[in-house]
Amino acid sequence: MLDVSPHRFDRLPDSAGVGYKPQHFSEIMNDASPVEWLEIHAENYMGDGGRPIAQLRALSERFPISVHGVGLSIGGEGPLDRDHLDRLKHLIDWLQPASFSEHLAWSTHDMGFMNDLLPLPYTEETLARICEHIDHVQEHVGRRMLLENPSAYLNFAETQIPETEFLRETAARTGCGLLFDVNNVFISATNQKTDPYSYIDAFPLDLVSEIHLAGHEEDTDENGDPLLIDSHGTPVAEPVWEMYRYTIKRGGIKPSLIEWDNDVPEWQTLASEAARATQVLQTATV
Amino acid sequence: MTEAVTQSEFIAALLDPDRATPSGLVDPQNNVADKRFAVYRNNVAVSLTEALIVAYPVIHKLLGDEFFKALAGVHLRQFPPRSPLMMHYGEDMPAFLEGFEPVAAYPYLADVARLELAIRKSYHAADTTPISPEDLQNLPPDVLMQSRLTLAPSLKVMTSNWPIHAIYVANTTDTQPTNLSGAQNVLIIRPEFDPEVHRITDAEAAFLTALSEDKTFATALEAAANLDAGFDLSRTLGLLLAGAAITKISSPKET
Repeated sequence: MLDVSPHRFDRLPDSAGVGYKPQHFSEIMNDASPVEWLEIHAENYMGDGGRPIAQLRALSERFPISVHGVGLSIGGEGPLDRDHLDRLKHLIDWLQPASFSEHLAWSTHDMGFMNDLLPLPYTEETLARICEHIDHVQEHVGRRMLLENPSAYLNFAETQIPETEFLRETAARTGCGLLFDVNNVFISATNQKTDPYSYIDAFPLDLVSEIHLAGHEEDTDENGDPLLIDSHGTPVAEPVWEMYRYTIKRGGIKPSLIEWDNDVPEWQTLASEAARATQVLQTATV
Repeated sequence: MTEAVTQSEFIAALLDPDRATPSGLVDPQNNVADKRFAVYRNNVAVSLTEALIVAYPVIHKLLGDEFFKALAGVHLRQFPPRSPLMMHYGEDMPAFLEGFEPVAAYPYLADVARLELAIRKSYHAADTTPISPEDLQNLPPDVLMQSRLTLAPSLKVMTSNWPIHAIYVANTTDTQPTNLSGAQNVLIIRPEFDPEVHRITDAEAAFLTALSEDKTFATALEAAANLDAGFDLSRTLGLLLAGAAITKISSPKET
């Protein structure tokens, strides 16, 4: 059956979006400009009903929605959580979002769910496991997903495959797309003392369907080396804006999201960050 | 061959600050990354503590920020979330409070936590369509007596040996409690999206409990009248109707 209902957005626009926070609901419904699309954390909308579901339903009639999972634990050693896959499928079935993404990370093990995106080593073994899990997810929810590059505070001595290669190979084997988080690249490169622009150059930007921008905090480790923390609680840092411009020039215009999850500011502050991303997109000569 | 770090080892060290950082986790100089690993430890502890503060604002206020955070640190290591749905996290808190020695002098805390948990469940409960007052009024009394009422999933009834309603009101509004002693029962209803907390009598609690156990209206009335001959049915029905809490009337077949 052809679905012609007006709220079915089948892709994200090549413009700026923001991570949705319930305290901004009225302002967004009143006038969201320059924000043209919204991203939600899937797990916050898996309750049975009430205000969260009602708000999401109302927003989805006006805006393309990106469903961003934070709890699937795709990098987990064990099998994926069947119940959680079912909840994800249910959400995606009724919402029909414009995009669905998850993380190259893990969060659940025998002892429980850790509510954080934990890192994994990059080896042939973990690559095979990630691909198996992504195949499982895409089959179960019946659509293609995007996989996001993580932020890293440390390295695994056992890692054998560069992250860019690991993601390229994952996409090639599973057909998934990629979500490119510029702030995560800057954090990982700074923390690992590598060059973030070499990372961008090595990244398969042609497979990227969405970009994330966010703020971080600065700390140092016990040797006095920089240790950046992926806090999502501040404006996007200047070096990250610079990398974003470079990424857009190199990879073309992409849907670009401002993430601000902690110490959430007034709507106007968030909207002005989105305006800055819009400006980069509009002035990029590709 | 470098030693692999299993996720069991990672998580065990994550939850226990006395354990050494797994040796396969390294900094750019290939030394064991103690402070870097501590970032993950801190993220997990802080995010789960924050989730418990959001879930239990009254317990947090009663115990104070410092004490609550220390308690949360013990709780989250004993009861990490079992599911990625943080809206449900903290279901073990009431039982935990009952067994946590440092709060043994405050035996009412567990029931206050049960009330906060019930409010949260009401907030996320499924949406239902309520009956109209006319549906109830138009029913012949003898038919009503033999009918069963289906109550909304957002409705919760809680009985307690402690003055939980007064404690809740005193800590969530500017109202000063008039009576901080004795046993109190609570009814939670959700007219639209925001759960409301009402104090109810023993008879009202018995009436609502009987209805939720699928007893007939007559049986529920009898349960209430056994406790209080002057049971005020109109107040109870008024609360249910205002709270959009009756979703169906099942009457015996009119044959």
